[in-house]
Amino acid sequence: MSMPSTFQKPPRWIPILAWVIAVLIFFPIFWMALTSFKTETEAISTPPSLFFTPTLENYNDVIDRSNYARFVWNSIAVSFGSTLLALALAIPAAYAMAFFPTKRTPSTLLWMLSTKMMPPVGVLIPMYLIFKTLGLLDTVTGLLIIYTLINLPIVVWMLYTYFKDVPGEILEAGRVDGANPMQELFLLLLPLAVPGIASTGLLSVILSWNEAFWSLNLTSSQGAPLTAFIASFSSPQGLFWAKLSAASLMAIAPILVVGWMSQRQLVSGLTFGAVK
Amino acid sequence: MAEVVLRNIKKSFGPVDIIKGVDIDINDKEFVVFVGPSGCGKSTLLRMIAGLESITDGELSIDGKRVNDLSPADRGIAMVFQTYALYPHMTVRDNMGFSLKLAKVPQAEIDKKVNEAARILKLDPLMDRKPKALSGGQRQRVAIGRAIVRNPKVFLFDEPLSNLDAALRVQMRIEIARMHSDFNATMIYVTHDQVEAMTMADKIVVLQGGVVEQIGSPLELYHHPANRFVAGFIGSPTMNFLDVTVKGVAPEGVTVELPGGDSLLVPVVGGAAKVGDQLTLGVRPEHLQEGAGNGRLTGTALVVERLGGATYAYVKLANGVMITAEVDGNSHIKVNDQIQLGVRSETCHLFGADGLALAQSARHPLADVGRGKGGH
Repeated sequence: MSMPSTFQKPPRWIPILAWVIAVLIFFPIFWMALTSFKTETEAISTPPSLFFTPTLENYNDVIDRSNYARFVWNSIAVSFGSTLLALALAIPAAYAMAFFPTKRTPSTLLWMLSTKMMPPVGVLIPMYLIFKTLGLLDTVTGLLIIYTLINLPIVVWMLYTYFKDVPGEILEAGRVDGANPMQELFLLLLPLAVPGIASTGLLSVILSWNEAFWSLNLTSSQGAPLTAFIASFSSPQGLFWAKLSAASLMAIAPILVVGWMSQRQLVSGLTFGAVK
Repeated sequence: MAEVVLRNIKKSFGPVDIIKGVDIDINDKEFVVFVGPSGCGKSTLLRMIAGLESITDGELSIDGKRVNDLSPADRGIAMVFQTYALYPHMTVRDNMGFSLKLAKVPQAEIDKKVNEAARILKLDPLMDRKPKALSGGQRQRVAIGRAIVRNPKVFLFDEPLSNLDAALRVQMRIEIARMHSDFNATMIYVTHDQVEAMTMADKIVVLQGGVVEQIGSPLELYHHPANRFVAGFIGSPTMNFLDVTVKGVAPEGVTVELPGGDSLLVPVVGGAAKVGDQLTLGVRPEHLQEGAGNGRLTGTALVVERLGGATYAYVKLANGVMITAEVDGNSHIKVNDQIQLGVRSETCHLFGADGLALAQSARHPLADVGRGKGGH
C-alpha cells in the first residue's frame, strides 16, 4: 500500500510513546520470566534483586508437584475443541445472517452480543447446578461446551463482519452457475473468507486458553486446564511467587508460540476489510 | 428458440412496490435493452428474470415454460454482472469452467468448451491467471466467457460496461454486438446509458418508477416518443420543451404559437386538442438550426460549447426559457450574441397536459429498422 506523496512523517515523540507503552505492557511478563528463575527467597526480597544466579529449581518443583502434561492437554483440547465447535455453529449462522438477512437479523445479532454483557458470576450457581446434575463437573466435555457457548457470540459477530465484506454478487454468480447453498458456502464463501475465519479462530483459541472464571469454578483436577494449574500455586498455605511465575510461564508458552507463528495472519485478518 | 415473456410482473419489498405490473415480449434472438434512470427498477427486473429476486406477482416464461419458481441455474440463462463477480480465488480457466464442473460435466468436455470460449474472446494467454492479475477489460471478457461456456438460451447483462473507461466501453460495446450476431442468442441488457441502448438494441424498453414507459426500436423511440419522459430520456443533449398555445386544429396538423409570436403547424393528429389549449412543444437540439425554418425562436446565447463537429449553444429566449441548440461546428456564434433559430415543423413533437404525445401524422421511414429478426 503506497502512501500519498503528501503524507507527513509523524512527530518524533510518537515512536517514543509507542516504545514506552510497549515496555509497560511487556514488563510484567518480563518480570514474571525473571522471577521464575529465582529462588523463593529472592523472589520476595525487597528491594527486588536484579542480579542473581538463575535456577531451574522452580520448574522442577512445578513439574514434580503436578501433572503439567495433563493440564496442557486439557487446555489444548478445550480451546481448540471449543473453537472448532464454535466455528462449525457460527459459520452457517453468519452466512445466513450476512446474505439472507431478515428484518430481525440486526436485533438477533444485538441479542447475541448482549449475552456477553452480563457478568458470568450472575449465572454461576445455576450453571454449577446444571453441570452437577449432568455430571459435567470437572470434565473436559463440560468446559468445551461452556467455552463454545461463551465464545459463540463473538465468533458469529466477527464472521458476520468478514462475510459482509465478500461481495454478494460473487455468490449470486455462483447461484446462476448452478451452485446450491452448500456449494456456495464451501466453494465460494469460505475460500474467500479464510483470513477472517483464521483470525476469528485464533482469537477464540486465545480467549478460551486464558479463560479462568469458569475453569476455576467448574473444574478441579481431571478436567482442569492450565489456568487452574496456575491458580493452584497461589494457595492459602503460602506464597510461592517463583513457582507461580514458573507455572505461569509454562502456561502461556504454548499459546505464545501459536500467536507468534500466526501473527501475520492475525494482523491481516483484523484489518481485513479496513483497507481495500 | 428462446422467447422471454413477462406478463404483469410485479415486485414489492414489503409495502413498497418496485415493479408495478410489467408486460414485455422478447423475441428469440432479439437484443433487448432495459433503460431508465437509476432506481427505475431495470436491474431488479433483470434480476427477477435471472431468478436472483423472487417475483411477487405475474408470470415469467422463458422458451414457453413458466420459470417463476425455478432456480437461476435451471432457467437456461447466464448473467454478466456490473462488477464482473469473478471468483477471486480461482484462475480464469476455473472461473469459466465452474458451472460445468458443478453440473458434473466430464473434464475433457469442460476443457473443450472453456478453450473454445477462450479462443473466441482471445483469453488464451491469461487462462492460468487469477482475476486480480487482469485489467478491467480482461475481467469483463472472462465474465462474458463464463456466460458463453454455459451455452445459455438467454444472456443477461447488468450494466456490464459501466466500470470500464470510455475507450474500452466503445470497444466492448462493439464486441457484445458482434457476439450477439455470432451466437444468435437472445440477449437482455440493462443500462442507464441511452447511447448504449440506442447503439446496441433491436428493441428498447424504457422504464421509469417500475412502469414501462415505452417499448420500441431505437429510432421509433427517437422519432415517435410516446410521452414526454421518453422524449426527454432518449437523445443527447436532451430535448427542449416549450409551453405553447394551440391556435388551430386541422386534419394536416395542430397550429401552435411559439414563444416570440411565430405560428408553427406541427403535423400531428390533433385528437382532443382544441384552440386555446396549453401544450408542450418538444424539439431536439439537433433539429434547431441557425436561420431559416418553419418557425423562429430568438434569444441570447449564454454559453457556447464547441465540440469541433458540432457546437452546443445554450440560448435564453425572450420569455426566460433556456433551450439548447446543436448547430454547425463552424458556426460563428459567440456568447451574448442575439441568435435566431429555425424550427422545422416535421421534427417537432407535441405533448398534452398529461405528458402523452400527440401521434405523428406520418411514421418515420426508419422507425422500424432493427426489428427485422423475428419481429412483429
